[in-house]
Order: sequence, then structure tokens, then C-alpha cells
Amino acid sequence: MKARVTVMPKKSVLDPQGVAVRDAIAHHGFPQISMVRIGKVMEIEIDDAGPDAEARLHEICADLLSNPVIEDYVLQIEA
Amino acid sequence: MKAAVIRFPGSNCDQDCHYALQRVFGIPTDYVWHKEASLKGYDLVVLPGGFSYGDYLRCGAIARFSPIMKAVTDYANAGGLLIGICNGFQVLTESRLLPGALVRNRSLHFICEHRFLRVGATDNPFLNLAKPGQVLNIPIAHGEGNYTADQATLAELNANRQILVRYCDAQGTVSEAANPNGSLNNIAGICNANRNVFGLMPHPERACEARLGSEDGNVIFQSILKYLKN
Repeated sequence: MKARVTVMPKKSVLDPQGVAVRDAIAHHGFPQISMVRIGKVMEIEIDDAGPDAEARLHEICADLLSNPVIEDYVLQIEA
Repeated sequence: MKAAVIRFPGSNCDQDCHYALQRVFGIPTDYVWHKEASLKGYDLVVLPGGFSYGDYLRCGAIARFSPIMKAVTDYANAGGLLIGICNGFQVLTESRLLPGALVRNRSLHFICEHRFLRVGATDNPFLNLAKPGQVLNIPIAHGEGNYTADQATLAELNANRQILVRYCDAQGTVSEAANPNGSLNNIAGICNANRNVFGLMPHPERACEARLGSEDGNVIFQSILKYLKN
């Protein structure tokens, strides 16, 4: 089983990296880009996934892979 | 009286904390490796600065799952004095022992310099010898010290007088210009509602002798000593 976890800073949390990259893009001649936000993508492989694998992945996402105070996550099961 | 300095792989202010506690203040202090499971017999526990687990994933996120953190959490929940400095503060927020989170500095720069802090509440074990409004000169050294929390958490911190130190200028004025990293309301350090857990980004252990450029960190250690002796 494969899964992909995307973790993004919450909309309410300032993302200074995203702002710096947006500004760099403007310097490259594309000032129409008004927002960039930077997060993380994690590719996960699971051996012998049991019936509760997805639920356990959600637990890991909320507990470790993201910090719910500042981040949101999306879990996609790929196969 | 006995203190413990927790060592994670990547801690690098552990010796500074040990030095301040034992050599400057005479408190017998042990290093406790992160794989230990007990904190029995300690009156003060310090989570030191550094880059625990290389700051992988998020600062403090992996340290939170170290075996010792179960003991640290039990110790704190039983009312034990716990202080987290810099990376230690990040570990405390990741562990939910303190509210909020610490994110990348607004400037994206790692900032290593002396800063002025304005003392807020003093009715706690960590600042009982300081005066409200007192200005302390204590260095910071971090890339991710930008304190953030939602409005409800901020209201609670204010209502319970949990904000213990704020970044200010030399005169003690808390202003945007004196905010080094973008922290919400210039927050540099907070305690929990029970007032036994203190997390701060500045390094009091690096301001404990005149030859280090400042002795202003001493009021924190002296306050802790006074509290423990009573």
C-alpha cells in the first residue's frame, strides 16, 4: 500500500518561506503570482497493510507528521 | 536539591545549562540521556537548546517521542519544575505541555544576538525575584522562534498571566521594532496555566556571568533556587 501525505501551513499562519519565494518569482519577471505557500509531501509505503491501515495513518498524520496548531494535512491512499 | 539536563541527539546547549546550574549556582546536576525512562529524585528538569534529531520534520517534533518525554510529561503533570530553552521550548509546544507553536523567523534568518526582554508576570517559580516591567539583556540564537497561537489561546495566555517575557527595546518598550522574529505580541517566553512549566527562546544560561556579556539570566536561576528552597 502506498500513501501520500501533504502537509501545508494553515491559512492563518504566516508562511515567510512562501512570501520570500513569491518575491523571488516577481524578480524573475512574473509579478502576477500573488501567493506561494510552501508545505511538505511525504511518500509512504506500507507492507502488509491491515484493514485499519488508513485509520492508523490518519493518527500518525495528526500526531507526528503534522502539527495541528499550525498545519493541515491531506492523506491520499494511492494503491 | 538536584537538577537534570535532558540530552537528545543534537542537543548542543546541554553543557551550557549544566555549567550554569552546577558551576554558577551550585545545584548538583546530571545529564539524562533521552533513552532513559525515569526522572525520579529531580527537583528541576531542563530541556536544553540545540537541534534535536536535526530538527527533522519540525523543530522538536521527533524529540517529543523520545522515551524520556513520557517521564518528562508525568513529571510536569505532577507539578515538577520544567524549563525548556530554545529547542527545549519547541519540544514543549510540540509535546503540548505549552500552547502554541514556534515557526520560522519572519526574516527567514537565523538570529544570534543579545536582545532585551520585558518581564511580565512574576507570580511564578521562574521570575519571583524579578520585578514586573524589569528589562533583561539575554541572547537569542534561533531560526524558528516565531511564536504563534490562535486568538483564543492568546486571550487565555493573557487572562492567566502566562506571558512571562516579551521582546522589548533597552527602555522596556514592547514594540514591533523590538520584535526580532515576528512572534505574536512579542512573546519570548510563556508558562503553563499551572505555572510549573516555562518555555522561552532566549538563553538565560548564556547570560549567567559578567564575562559572557550579561548576568541578567541569573534572576531566572535565582528565582528557581528560591522557590525550591522554600
